Amino acid sequence: MCCSNYLEAAMIDNTMTGYRFARMRSTWGGVLVGIGMMAAVDEIVFHQLLAWHHFYDGSTTDVGLMADGLLHATEIIAIAAGFIMLLKLKHSQLLIKRRAVAGFFLGAGGFQLFDGIVNHKILRLHQIRYVDPILPYDIAWNVAALILLFTGIYLIRRT
Amino acid sequence: MVLLAVLSAIAAIYAGSYWYVRRRGGKWPAWRALSFVLGISTLMAGGSPPLMERAHHDIYSHMVQHLLIGMFAPIFLVVGAPFTLALKTLPAAPARRLMALLKHKAFRVACHPVAAMVFNIGGMYVLYLSPLYAESLTNPYLHHVIHFHFLAAGYLFTWAIIGPDPVPARPSFQVRAWVLFFSIAAHAFLAKYMYAHFYPRNVPFTGEAIRSAAQMMYYWGDLAELIVAFILFAQTPFAKRLSAMPSRRSIWPPLAWLTLFFQ
Repeated sequence: MCCSNYLEAAMIDNTMTGYRFARMRSTWGGVLVGIGMMAAVDEIVFHQLLAWHHFYDGSTTDVGLMADGLLHATEIIAIAAGFIMLLKLKHSQLLIKRRAVAGFFLGAGGFQLFDGIVNHKILRLHQIRYVDPILPYDIAWNVAALILLFTGIYLIRRT
Repeated sequence: MVLLAVLSAIAAIYAGSYWYVRRRGGKWPAWRALSFVLGISTLMAGGSPPLMERAHHDIYSHMVQHLLIGMFAPIFLVVGAPFTLALKTLPAAPARRLMALLKHKAFRVACHPVAAMVFNIGGMYVLYLSPLYAESLTNPYLHHVIHFHFLAAGYLFTWAIIGPDPVPARPSFQVRAWVLFFSIAAHAFLAKYMYAHFYPRNVPFTGEAIRSAAQMMYYWGDLAELIVAFILFAQTPFAKRLSAMPSRRSIWPPLAWLTLFFQ
């Protein structure tokens, strides 16, 4: 396909295990980085720059805070694991870029959707913005998530 | 002043060992030495008298100290691998004694990632959620003990997770990754809990100050944990497999794939 000596060699010699390994790892690396990047964008743009989201909005229960802590830990582990995985794939010439990009969109869209439905609506950790008709914001948020997710699905079906 | 002298002495010993090993033709990467020096400087900054002075009147400065002493300095110090350097430098007899200490059962239990997490994060819960912090503002001895605990527990934890020193029976990568995961979660929860319920209580600070301190604990603590996570994952078995993977020229590629899979 695209990028590596190893990959070509593996394909010519018809050892599909290695090729599958590269495909799986590239996709998962992309998914993890996508999750972490979306979480970082949320943290930087909506919390810090726009200040729409609140660090804590007074209505969150302690159980909600605990769930938030676990989610936060997941994001940090995801971003580190994903970046290192992609770096290692690149280093060993096993990275399949199109798979990684597709994985990135899947991870980003999936996380955005999870954030919009579970965090905002079910756990009620915080709202997108503290204004009266919140519905348009929720719709825009989740539609953006679906667009990312379907872009990812489209890309992964093409590779 | 005492602190400055002790830290300078430690840095000097490390530098001396570094030159000794290098001059005798041994290998010791310069970046490890640099990291150790950076760690000592971070400690010096964290324990500097102006910051100490301010931390007494201002919880935000206290939190800066906490981050420098308990989270950032240990990372740099651990990456400096002082125990390995000591083993390389010391004569045979003391080196063997040090190794015996590292192998000791009590030491092994104390250095298990779970125990280290309890010392480290558990210590923070006790400090901020009990009246201990308020007490430490008036009791200078307690104050010093707390700072020492920050450093010792932070070092122990970081070392248990990403320590490069040779330790017999180090827990597996999975164990260390899960411990790191839960300690990130516990740290984030504690910071938000302090923010939500205005902990520590009974202190002469405004609610606003406590909240800004808790928020900083959350975000800057994140950065430290992110660095630890990056280092931990850079040490994964995947790295070992790849570095062990023979180059294409030396071996038939399918065989290379097999070695990749069955290691």
